[in-house]
This record gives sequence, structure tokens and C-alpha cells, in this order.
Amino acid sequence: MSIPNLTRLLQNDAEQLLQDWLKAQLASGTLRRDLLSEVDLRRDSQAFLTAFVQALGAGAALTTDGPAWEDVKAVLAGLSKTRASQGFTSGEVATFVLSLKQPLFNRLFTALSSSPEQLQDDLWTTTVLLDQLGLYTLEVYQRSREDIILRQRQELLELSTPVVKVWQGIVALPLIGTLDSERTQVVMESLLERIVETESTVAIIDITGVPTVDTLVAQHLLRAVAAARLMGAECIISGIRPQIAQTIVHLGIDLSSVTTKANFADAIALALTRSGFQVTRARAQ
Amino acid sequence: MDRIPILKLGDCLIVSLHVDLHDRLALTLQDDLASRVVSTGAKGVLIDISGLDMVDSFIGRILGNIATLCQVLDAETVIVGLRPAVAITLVELGVTWTHVRTALNIERGLALLQHHVSLTAPEETRDEPDDAQR
Repeated sequence: MSIPNLTRLLQNDAEQLLQDWLKAQLASGTLRRDLLSEVDLRRDSQAFLTAFVQALGAGAALTTDGPAWEDVKAVLAGLSKTRASQGFTSGEVATFVLSLKQPLFNRLFTALSSSPEQLQDDLWTTTVLLDQLGLYTLEVYQRSREDIILRQRQELLELSTPVVKVWQGIVALPLIGTLDSERTQVVMESLLERIVETESTVAIIDITGVPTVDTLVAQHLLRAVAAARLMGAECIISGIRPQIAQTIVHLGIDLSSVTTKANFADAIALALTRSGFQVTRARAQ
Repeated sequence: MDRIPILKLGDCLIVSLHVDLHDRLALTLQDDLASRVVSTGAKGVLIDISGLDMVDSFIGRILGNIATLCQVLDAETVIVGLRPAVAITLVELGVTWTHVRTALNIERGLALLQHHVSLTAPEETRDEPDDAQR
């Protein structure tokens, strides 16, 4: 196999190869100079080359699965994760590894120009190895992006369900966005927690920000109402837009067990009355 | 055999659950409570389940039954102290206790009961609730 050739070539000429590779990367149009300094690029490239040479020296075969490649993969994973969070695209991240091909091929070509068969063999090996590493980089990139999306989703979920204490004993939950099962769960939990915390007897669920109400959403709402009732709090649903009211009637959803109000102001007025408060204007206008 | 203590406070009976109810215990509680309501002539029953970490559908149903039973015996029943997780679980299980009164804690529950008892008590005892026959 041709690994020894490649290893020797890399070991003898490491510094110059690094220079060439850096030059190739800097010249390429996909490098994000705004996100990555030359110093960082040099450090990353150096780390990768060192690990790569070590892995080759350990007698690795035509695959990057073995334990010899752990270090290389660790370097690539770290780099991929950092760049993913910095906002690089997948192509830009993969180019890091793939751009090594040109300088390597040039060297192989010079070293083995006398034996074309050996040259072809070596080129193939190198391509396979670098492609696998490139793919690995992409995989890590994608995984880190998914992690980011997942985290943001979680944060959005928690952000989008603020439970507001409106008055002594009255909490309000302005809902924004579509209600699905997972969100209902979070909504319900935070509502109930706040009811316990504030010792509330009335909870207003405002659905002005809910774009559509279908049977499923209505069912989720009724569940939240039932759970709040079990905690000893009465629920008022407010902010039902005319369009949504029509849909509710068309779908035959039974909201008769819940107090509903057209707007938030009415709901607050009712909640205050139920809690025994009376609102009066301080002076006539 | 284990029994759940039933406390009497004025016209009310108070049950506080702290150990997880197993099925037999729940049924015993149902029997005990029914006979105590009759023997004491209690007008209100308060069941505090704030000590329960989990409530399954059977216990949920039994608690609902107990409430109905006490109502039949003319004692207003309030179940108090549901934890958020328990409330969510019960709703998921389809137990909504629409016919049962619920309150956040014992204090609220007692206030509710006292309100009810003072409304239903005969005119002459309303001013002196302590003189009610025991």
C-alpha cells in the first residue's frame, strides 16, 4: 500500500506543506476572513497536520475508522463545532480539509512522476482519506447545528410562556403562537407553578396571539383549564377574535364549561369582580 | 392494618394524606369517611393531598367517589393541595372532578367550607357556629 510514501512526504516537508496549504486556504473564496483570523487558521491547520501525520505514521489503513484516527477526528470535531457556532456554512467548513488535496497532490506528482501506477495508487488513497475526513467534518458540523437549533427551540418554548401576575390573586397567561402538545405541557406547568406561587384564584388565558384554533388546540386549552381548576383556580379565556369564534362554532367545540371574554380588559374586569375587588375612578373627568 | 386518621374541626372533617395511597387503603378511607360523616354529622369534608407525589387513575377515581359520597351525605367536600404535576397527570388521565370543589391549600379550602357551612346552617346557629351539636 502507498501509505509509507505519503507519510514520508508529509514528514519531510511538513513546514512547506503547511505554508502551501495556508496559501491555498487564504486564496480560496470560501474563507470567511471576517470570522476567522490568520493566526487561528494557522493554529488549526498546524494541529490538523500534526495529528494527520501521526495517524498515517501509526500505519493506518484505507479507512479513518480505527483508533489511530481518534486525534485527527478530535481536532476536526473541535474545529467544526467552533465554526458551526461562529456561523460558517457547511461548505466553508468542509473546504478546510478538502483544500489540502491540491498541495498534497502537487507533492505526490513531483515525487512519483517516474512511476505513474504508484502515483495513481497514492492519489486514490489520499483522496479517499481526505474525503472521509471531510465527510466527518460535515457530520459534526450538522450535529452541532442541530444541537443549537434544539437549544434555541427549548429557550423559545420557555420564553414564550410568561405568566404575569395581574393583581393580587389573579394571573394572566398571554399565549403567542400555535399550541401543540409539547407547548401545552410547558404552558400548563408554568401556569400551575405560578398559581401555587402567587396563591391565585383566577387565571386568565389570553389567546389574542394564537393564530388558529382547531379542535386539537381547543382540547389543549380545555386541559389547561381543567388542570388549573384542580388547583383551585378558575380560568377565563380571553382574546377570542371574531374569526376564531366562528371557527369554534363551525367545529362544534364546546367551550360552555369555560368563561370566555372577547378581550383582555373584560377578562380583567371579571377577574377583579370575582375576587371581590371594585374599581372606581378616583375623580370624575 | 394502616388507617388514615380523620380529624374533626368544628363542623368539618379533615383528612391529610401523606403516604402514597394503595388501593386497599383508599377503599378503607372511603368507608371510614362515610361512617364518620354520618356519626359526627359533619357539614364539610376537606381532603388534603399535598403530600402525594403521584396519583394514579384509580386513586383519582376513588377520591372523586369519596367527594360524591360525602355530598350525598350532605357534607360539602373540598379537595386541596394538588401539586401541579398531580393536576396535570389527572387531566391527562381524564379525571377532571367537575363535580368536586378544589382549592389551592388547606386555608383556602377551610374558608370555602366555612362559607358553605354558614350558608346552609340553620338561622339560630349561624351566629354561634361553635354551639352546633357535636
